[in-house]
Formats: sequence, structure tokens, C-alpha cells
Amino acid sequence: MFAVYKKELKGYFISPVGYVFMAVFLLASALILSYMNLSAATTEMTSFYFSQVLLLVVLVPILTMRLLSEERKSKTDQILLTSPVSLHSVIIAKYLSAFTLFAGTLCLSFFFHIPLYLHGTPNVAKIFSLTLGTLLIGSAFIAIGLFVSALTENQLSSAIISIATLLGLVVLGLVSSSISNDFVRTVVKWISVFDRFNSFSNGMLDFGSLIYYFSIAIVFLFLTVRVYEKRRWE
Amino acid sequence: MIEINQITKKYGNNYACRDVSFTVKEGEILGFLGPNGAGKSTTLNILTGYISSTEGTCKIDGVDILEDPIAAKKKIGFLPELPPLYTDMTVKEYLNFVYDLKNCKLNRKKHLAEICSIVKIDDVYNRIIKNLSKGYRQRVGIAQALIGNPQVLIFDEPTVGLDPKQIIEIRNLIRSLGKNHTIILSTHILSEVQAICDRIVVINKGRIIADEKTNDISNAVNGPKRLTMNICGPQNEVLKLLKNTEGVSYAEILGARESDSYAYLIEMKPGIDARKPIFYALSSKSWPIIGMENMGMSLEDVFISLINASQDEKK
Repeated sequence: MFAVYKKELKGYFISPVGYVFMAVFLLASALILSYMNLSAATTEMTSFYFSQVLLLVVLVPILTMRLLSEERKSKTDQILLTSPVSLHSVIIAKYLSAFTLFAGTLCLSFFFHIPLYLHGTPNVAKIFSLTLGTLLIGSAFIAIGLFVSALTENQLSSAIISIATLLGLVVLGLVSSSISNDFVRTVVKWISVFDRFNSFSNGMLDFGSLIYYFSIAIVFLFLTVRVYEKRRWE
Repeated sequence: MIEINQITKKYGNNYACRDVSFTVKEGEILGFLGPNGAGKSTTLNILTGYISSTEGTCKIDGVDILEDPIAAKKKIGFLPELPPLYTDMTVKEYLNFVYDLKNCKLNRKKHLAEICSIVKIDDVYNRIIKNLSKGYRQRVGIAQALIGNPQVLIFDEPTVGLDPKQIIEIRNLIRSLGKNHTIILSTHILSEVQAICDRIVVINKGRIIADEKTNDISNAVNGPKRLTMNICGPQNEVLKLLKNTEGVSYAEILGARESDSYAYLIEMKPGIDARKPIFYALSSKSWPIIGMENMGMSLEDVFISLINASQDEKK
């Protein structure tokens, strides 16, 4: 498993993908921060983190698009599936490599918070829970992107479908409050990624939300393994 | 060492393989022959765990590929039809990756150096795989199959696309590997099989149609037996006599040999040995036989007649 993890992580820096992801994420984060916090002269980070999540909707698919679709296209999945490693350890290794890059880039963006500490007193606890929320949303997004990448051989299709799916999830969250039907609204709010994020922005580490995000990641990783198993038997 | 038992693979209503069964003993080199689309790659992919069979079992050294895939795969080194190379990596990076992937416990540097010298890829060790020629890529593919020193090696069409010199080198390599490994060599190049393999299994349209020792394969087919003979005497009359001899189905003149003799190709009717009648017929005319050689069927002939026979059977 470590072999695959190392190879994927290295691969992000051999192709332009890793650099593009980091550059765009950091640049956009810096711009958002300067607009939302520096020029507005506030240490309230909630809208900044919200915007970062929107950024992830487009950037995470860039990370995940090549993870499995390229393997299938060039038939290199044959060496992975005929080597003495289990299928789920391969999938988990790929997932972790994308997550490592994402988490690393997120940590790098902490450098941009420095001006806030120099000129004000940001609520550290809130920032901590917002960061955790972002990490968890990222982990769920990556699992969804990985699943989509397993479905197709074409990297571009994988990216587009992932973006569409994640956008759909986010939009669902944004419109959830305007749904008239009570039952539908409750269901939508329950599965909505954004509504759960709200609880993090209040500085609360809601246990239910933690489980929710972990579950999404696990469900989609499981589904990815199932896709491969089905292909093997078909 | 390898037991394949009643493997069947169905895609919808089509059978890619049907009741495929054969065994490979330890240390044997098995030739797995068949025309394109016969089911060779499917069978090998099932054996190595890439796809799963609809029915049947595969065991490598007693370990079932479905029950304990990791233990079974540890015993196999596989070179698929299309070598699974990561073209963005250098040969060094790729082999190190495969070494880690297979969880190899041997001394890394020594083992990889050994393999590189066996397959002769030392001079391209630091080159990116994308920039290698087909011959070198094939060799890198063989190298990855050798990592971990697996007991079983499976090569799916290893010499396709190589130039004649490279083909000979790869064949010699496989022959030398055969001394310490059990090998399955899948190919549709008959001369390759004749040159390297101890045993041949022939598959056509998903079914096994022959499973014999290489030397015995001609006997698997009840085809006509052929002789070449050198006979002294007037060629046209000799030919006429031969054609009229009981048991001879075909005769032709091959050419002049020594000063007074000609070579003739004689085909005997299936199941009949006409050598004695020919001798008696020629000696009654005092035309001495100064050479006789049993032609046997070439592997090409055997292969084609096996394929045709199995297709006739179906009809």
C-alpha cells in the first residue's frame, strides 16, 4: 500500500496537476482572504472558509481525475490487480495520496492568516473547528471524486462529472432553506454538506457531523472498491 | 504446480473460455497456443486474478486464486499482452515501485541489479520509459515479472513486435529462465513454441483442443504421414509407380539429388503405413531406395488441422 501511496504522491509533482492545484488554491485563498478579511478589516473567518469550500468543488476533481481513470485507460491497473496487494489497500493508498496533498496545501494557506494575528485577535477555537470542517469536507469530496474516476476511462469526463456532482451537493445545501415541503427540507438538510459545515462555523465540534463526513468518505471508498470488483466478475 | 480446472468465462451469452482444464508441472515450460481471439489472454487473466471466472478453479502451488488471492499472486510473475508500464517513470523508479508493490524481501539493490543484467536493461536504467523502444519496454515488462523471484512465470505474447534478433534473445532468456521456474508461454508463433516448450496446450474458440508433449504433438492428429525418398530410376516412371502403390495418396518429384537419383515427396493415406508396399513395388522394378526420411507434420500443419478439426466437429 505504501508503494502505491508514494507513487501517486510523486506523480502529482511529475505531472503539472500537483503544482496547479497548490498554486490555484493558495492564490485564490490569498485573494479571498484579502477581500473578505483584510479589506473588510475583520477577523471573522467564516465566509473565508465557506469560499474555500466552494474553491474545493472545482479543485478536488483536478486532484482525483487521474487517480483511477488513467490506470484503466493504459491498462496499468493490471499490475496493481495481479500483484499480491489487496484491492482496498490500493484504493485507500490513492485516496490518502490525494488527501495528503490537499491537507498539506491547506496547512500552507495558514501562512496567510498571519496578518490577522498581527492586527487583531481572531477566535482561534473557531478557526480550529472551521479548519477541521474544511478538512472533513475535503475528505468527503476526494472520496466522491475518486469514485467518479473509477467509473470512467477518460480523465476529462471524470473531472467534469465530479465537478457537477460536488456543485450539485453544494447547491443543494444553499437552497435547502427555501424548500417548502417540511419532510423534503429535513432530508435535504440532513444530507447537505454545507448545513453540517455551519455547525463547525459556530465553533462546535458536532459529533454527528464528524460521523457524517467520515461516513461519506467510507461509503464512496467502498463503492469504488465495488466498482472494481464488479468489473472483475463481469 | 498449476492446476486449471473447468474454467468457464461468460460475457453475456458469449463464452470466452469453456471448460478449460490443464495442469503444469513444476519446472515445465508450457506453450499455450491458439489463434487470435481463442481465449488465451482471458485464461491467463483469470489465472493471475485480474478477472474472475464464471465457473471453475485455478490453483497455483495448491493455493486457490479466489480463496487466497494474495498468497497465490505472490507466486506469480506476469507479463500481460500489453506491458503495464508507467510511462512517466524511469526504469529505475518503476522497478523499485514494483519491488515495493510485491512486498519483496530480497536485498533490493542486489536483486534489481541481477534482474537488470539478466534482461539486459542496464544501459537504459535511468531513462524514462516513455522514451524506450518497444524491445526495451518488453524487457522492462519481463523484468517486472521477475521481481521477487516468483516460482511461476506467465508470459503473454512476449515477442510480439520485436525484431528477429530481439526475438532470439528473448527466447534464449525464457529458455534459461525455464531451468529454475515454471513457465506458461502464450503465443501464436508456432516456431517459438517448438523451440522452447516442453508441452503444448492448444485452445480454439474457448476450448482446449490439444494437450500434448511437443514431440508427441504430431501424433495427436490423424493426418497423413509424409516421407521423402531418394530413388534411382527414370523419374516419370518412378512417380507413376509410386502413385499407383497401395496406400499412397499423393506423390511428387522434389528435384534431382545425386547423379542418378531424384527426391520424391510421398503422402500416405491416413492411418496406413505404405513403406513396405513402396519398397516391394520399387524392388520389383530394381529401382534402389537410397534415402528415406519420415517428414512428420510440421507444427503449422498440426495447428491448422487441429483448428479445422475442432471447427468441423462443431458443425
